Amino acid sequence: MSTTATSPVPGKPSKPQPGTPPADKNRKQTVSAKPVTWKLPVTLMALATVAFIFFGLLGPQSTAKFGVSSGGDFFQLPAIEAPAFLSGIVLSVILLGLAGYALVLKAQKNQRPPRWLPAVFTVVFVVAFLIWVVGGARTPSISLAGLIAGSVTLAVPIVFGSLSGVLCERAGVVNIAIEGQLLGGAFTAALVASLTHNPYLGLLAAAVAGALVSMVLALFSIKYVVNQIIVGVVLNVLVSGLTGFLFSTVMQSDPEKYNSPGRLPIIDIPVLSGIPVIGPILFKQSVVGYLMYVAVAVIWIALFKTKWGLRVRAVGEHPQAADTLGIKVNATRFWNVTLGGAVAGIGGSFFTLVAIDSFTKEISGGRGFIALAAMILGRWNPIGAFFAALLFGFADNLQSIVTIIGTPVPSQFMAMLPYVVTVFAVAGLVGRSRPPAADGIPYVKG
Amino acid sequence: MSENNEPRHAAGPDPDRIPATQPPKSLAPDPDANLETPAEDDAAYVTSLDTAGGAHQPSAVPVSAQSGSLPGAPEEESLLRKIFTGNGIVTILAVLLALILGGLLIALTDEVVGTTSTYLFARPTDFLAAVWSAATGSYVALFQGAVFNPRGVGAAGQFAPLMETLTIATPLITAGLGVALAFRAGLFNIGAQGQIIMAGILASWVGFALDLPMGLHLLLVLLAGVVGGAVWGGIVGVLKARTGAHEVIVTIMFNYIALYLLRYLLDTDLFQRPGESTPISPVLDASAVYPLLFGSQYRLHLGFLLAIAATVFVSWLLNRSTLGFEFRAVGANPKAALTAGINVSRATILVMTIAGGLAGLAGVAQVAGTEKVLTDGVAATYGFDAITVALLGRSSPWGTFAAGLLFGAFRAGAVQMQIQTGTPIDIVLVVQSLIVLFIAAPPLIRAIFGLNPRKKKAAPAGKSQKAVATGGAA
Repeated sequence: MSTTATSPVPGKPSKPQPGTPPADKNRKQTVSAKPVTWKLPVTLMALATVAFIFFGLLGPQSTAKFGVSSGGDFFQLPAIEAPAFLSGIVLSVILLGLAGYALVLKAQKNQRPPRWLPAVFTVVFVVAFLIWVVGGARTPSISLAGLIAGSVTLAVPIVFGSLSGVLCERAGVVNIAIEGQLLGGAFTAALVASLTHNPYLGLLAAAVAGALVSMVLALFSIKYVVNQIIVGVVLNVLVSGLTGFLFSTVMQSDPEKYNSPGRLPIIDIPVLSGIPVIGPILFKQSVVGYLMYVAVAVIWIALFKTKWGLRVRAVGEHPQAADTLGIKVNATRFWNVTLGGAVAGIGGSFFTLVAIDSFTKEISGGRGFIALAAMILGRWNPIGAFFAALLFGFADNLQSIVTIIGTPVPSQFMAMLPYVVTVFAVAGLVGRSRPPAADGIPYVKG
Repeated sequence: MSENNEPRHAAGPDPDRIPATQPPKSLAPDPDANLETPAEDDAAYVTSLDTAGGAHQPSAVPVSAQSGSLPGAPEEESLLRKIFTGNGIVTILAVLLALILGGLLIALTDEVVGTTSTYLFARPTDFLAAVWSAATGSYVALFQGAVFNPRGVGAAGQFAPLMETLTIATPLITAGLGVALAFRAGLFNIGAQGQIIMAGILASWVGFALDLPMGLHLLLVLLAGVVGGAVWGGIVGVLKARTGAHEVIVTIMFNYIALYLLRYLLDTDLFQRPGESTPISPVLDASAVYPLLFGSQYRLHLGFLLAIAATVFVSWLLNRSTLGFEFRAVGANPKAALTAGINVSRATILVMTIAGGLAGLAGVAQVAGTEKVLTDGVAATYGFDAITVALLGRSSPWGTFAAGLLFGAFRAGAVQMQIQTGTPIDIVLVVQSLIVLFIAAPPLIRAIFGLNPRKKKAAPAGKSQKAVATGGAA
């Protein structure tokens, strides 16, 4: 995506791994070369102050209760009980300390805060927020295990979508069409699984459908050099219209035949799935859920540890240089975009094969755009995108829980949170999100 | 409008700016030679225009998506010529092709077609007749619902569909103008949806909560809506100008923020209609709504005249004002504009503010004209349709106006089509997006219709001789 004049000059040697922690050793020297801004420390301080006032001083006087174990666990842990007011004070003081440390670093040594700081800050902030929300509720008790498991479930399509974004944008093609890929995958999964009575074939078909949507994006943006954002926006409308049309004409005519895909079974790994909290999220998932973990790992390794990944990133950062070295820039982009679409398609199948066992119009409900946000917040890195997507899944899940337990925070604001955070992220207030240098710029071989 | 900005002719900027305005200026004398030749659509050539030979990043909106006139070029006079040269033909063919594909889709899912296809080889004419009647039946119904209904009662009834088309086109045109204006300055305003919502919130609140005399009330409603949209768009401009945050991402996020804010407000006593459990606001006061243009039998309201006025305003702004010249210069080449002494940040903020205000006008048209209440569906999909409207209109004000009318007709007609033939409204989305896709890729259209002016195929577009111009980019 084009940035303003402040963005790094394309000619500047860009670090191959701008977003990965493992590259820390090499980055230490280059960090000081970049201007260190006040933005991050000041933003952290502002957030910490807000936390201190609301979660601490104005915190509820009740005790928040978090159930940890669920009935099926093979050993039971006692529920965590946190006095809301006290923990609010303690946690917000920790937040103030972290923000103060960042400010001191900037003021005295002109240094960027260490990489762990924003992450730790986020975790502490979320915990303080959670205690505050639950403590202020009419029934101050929720199941932590259920909350986290629900978050992961809701995050699955977002993770796949953001992985699709990472694959495309690392190769230099902006993918606004994630929403369309998810929707296309969801529709095709439902249709094929219904016709064949085999959800696994539906899963496969979803990947193919996502790839097809992506191929249109690739064809128009690479071969016909149409602006990638235009193609993406229009593709979303096209897929929405197409699936809506076919839903009304084909699926509605005989829902038994065309729109009853059946669900993918939940595969329960014995013993391991009984571990409290992490058991259900890691070892009690559908195929799509397990595939999510596999996809995150595989794509991360492939992008950052293999020759293929190096080439893809080269194409996304500096296509001329890549071309000079004999990498087929446009072919690489084409297949990367196609692969990304397949990944998003699998994510789309989650809607119709795991969450609900039928297709409805607009079933993806804007999650493709949240996935886009997760990718940006995760700094174009599969693992970062994974955690950002989890955060968004968490916000999504908390929103529905909040409406049930009755808290002072309106659920609409919880739903709004991911988008606000993303705006802050792209505005550079919470760390720098830098897209690949050649992202969105078509490559015409000269 | 004109008093705050002395209307200097676009081609005559400050004398001290002239030496540095060379990139746009050098293209200005004969833009048609550069842009209207068949070569314009050669993909590589477009890119070379966009990147000034690869010297810098392309502007957000490719030259091909803009209306084809660079700063200083007279636009109106070439309208007729455009129709008869490449662009016009491509537009018409794109619409035609999209309609054909949509018709095939309708036929494909038609039951009669399905049954006749089982004996396709025995009596192929049955099959073809079924395909024809399915597709044309839907389109005839679409036309009757959008323009002229011969079965209507009297002239008033027969032209009722046309009035409905104009009503629906009103928000499409104004929001489309907002998107188009931002396009011309090289910005992607995906946020019309959110801007409409914010405008709707403010305008409706002024409309039902305040008690003011006739005239003044409506004026305040209008003002509140425009300000709401302008602020929502302006924030994006500020973020873009100050922090470099990409406007596509920010506007998408702002759409959702506005939507959830609206849903929250409709849940509060401030906005929810008393005694109502559904999220709906009180009806706007009679003094706060647009007067109807042709009496109470049609829904067409004053908003349509304002949409025409907005089109005139944007046309004047872009082609006759200094500000518009700056916008277009920034859109054509931000670096050259910066060198020429144009304040790019200021232009970015201003263009997003005005674009937001225009989308805000669409929001006002919704709450003070068509709907008269605020619900969470106030923006429907107008904000997203506005993008396709602006793209189809090639970002020129009157092009956007025409595209808004066309898509308004699709929308209005689709309702009738669904009632008469059972064809779902979604077909309109398919046809709309196909039109825009095809228009964006003229080589594809040329290849399909065998219109390629040159001997070589469109396929190896990326490797044509023109690409040499982008050569020494590295």
